Amino acid sequence: MFDNITNWIDGLTAMQQFVLFSGVKIFAVFGVLMTCVAYAVWVERKVAAAIQDRVGPNRAGPFGLLQPACDGIKAFLKEDFTPDHVRKAYFWIAPAIALIPALLTVAVIPFGSNLGAQKMVIADLNVGILYTFGIVSLGVYGIVLAGYAANSKYPFIGGIRSSAQMVSYELAMGMSVIPLFLWVGDLNLSQLVISQQGFVGWLPDALGSVRLPNWLVFQSPMLALSFFIFLVAAFAETNRTPFDLPEAEQELAGGYNIEYSSIKFALFFMGEYAAMITASAMMVTLFFGGWTLPWFGLDQPATSIPGGLLHIGIFFVKVVAFVFTIVWVRWMWPRFRYDQLMDLGWRRFIPLALVNIVVTALWLWIRSRS
Amino acid sequence: MPLHELSQPQDSYLALVVLMVTAVGMAAVPLTLAWLWARYFSPKKPGKDKNATYECGLEAKGDAWIQFKAEYYLYAIIFLVFDVETIFLLPFAVAFTGLSVGAFVAMMVFLMLLVEGLVWAWTKGVLTWK
Repeated sequence: MFDNITNWIDGLTAMQQFVLFSGVKIFAVFGVLMTCVAYAVWVERKVAAAIQDRVGPNRAGPFGLLQPACDGIKAFLKEDFTPDHVRKAYFWIAPAIALIPALLTVAVIPFGSNLGAQKMVIADLNVGILYTFGIVSLGVYGIVLAGYAANSKYPFIGGIRSSAQMVSYELAMGMSVIPLFLWVGDLNLSQLVISQQGFVGWLPDALGSVRLPNWLVFQSPMLALSFFIFLVAAFAETNRTPFDLPEAEQELAGGYNIEYSSIKFALFFMGEYAAMITASAMMVTLFFGGWTLPWFGLDQPATSIPGGLLHIGIFFVKVVAFVFTIVWVRWMWPRFRYDQLMDLGWRRFIPLALVNIVVTALWLWIRSRS
Repeated sequence: MPLHELSQPQDSYLALVVLMVTAVGMAAVPLTLAWLWARYFSPKKPGKDKNATYECGLEAKGDAWIQFKAEYYLYAIIFLVFDVETIFLLPFAVAFTGLSVGAFVAMMVFLMLLVEGLVWAWTKGVLTWK
């Protein structure tokens, strides 16, 4: 049986093999991503409940585990309701435009080393990070369009606020990663992961077995600062507390999506959680070693199928840790005021990111001269 | 033909096209199915209050064409400048190890010119949200 499949695959042309494996990878990645989106909502509600001393969803299935499926069915079967005053065409396409960029970002993220001869990345672009930022900046369109399409005041203000917030923090985010690429010298994300193998060199030998992984966040103080800026910008880009101004319930009754219900609202919701997961995956790839672990030789590309699966597992656990942190922060921090948010972005993080670029460049330059 | 690895860039872009089509499908299929379900199975019950603008419970006054702060535009313009700058900085970052002194200084001058713009906007009070 297994030999038959192997023979059949070997019999295909290079092009057919490529199409087959790309299709399988895309299918698997979207399947996992969508399941994660559904369960991120469940985790969010359970964590919120635990922090606020409540029980959380517990009726649908054991521990409420069937809750995401029930929510999905409910969103799908609800009356598909379009208010009178909206701009119909935009009202329909805005949820799709909000969801699509969040899904597309996963393309360049290496989610494992390899399985057999297949690299575990959908598109191994040599300009990986440029693609990511290109797609991330499309995310603002869905929200602005939703605010405009709703044709009423609160969503409109929510959309405008959101666009200003997202472009501001996109700058901080884009600038925060430049020291990283000065350091590594390659825009390809697979190469970036490879450069994070082993342990850091700057710890004194006297510490003996106490060693830090050679992840970029640990490699220098400048890169740690980069990570900090990137983390804050990621919260703002995904509209998570403390930067969830676009949907500030107390002022805007829900922001850009208040006129939406049923499946269209569900698409916004899915887009938001998908963006949160891909942002976590980006942080893992850029700063926390991607699929690598420096122990037991797990930082080398896998030579066997179980090894490859283990790498995917390591990557997944790291991403889940970040998602959990993002959810946790939501219940620990109050929301910023809008002027504080803009001040923080433009007058703190952007200058800080610029100084970080210059300091890193100067330091690397001096090091290469000496 | 034996199993082999393909990593030429053009193949990667082909995979991207497939991914993009799939992503559009992920958004379009639920929307279409829900629309079909609504059209053929679920009852439509519109109402005056139900179809009205959702605000704070009172009836909405006026339309959505309200004034909003002009500052949003100023931020957008500054954003544009710095976003383009970031694009220029990435190739600089990648080529950094092989750069001559002249190129390095030129890049620093370019960076400083933009920083000067930011400082100017800051002292003008554009970056202070009022």
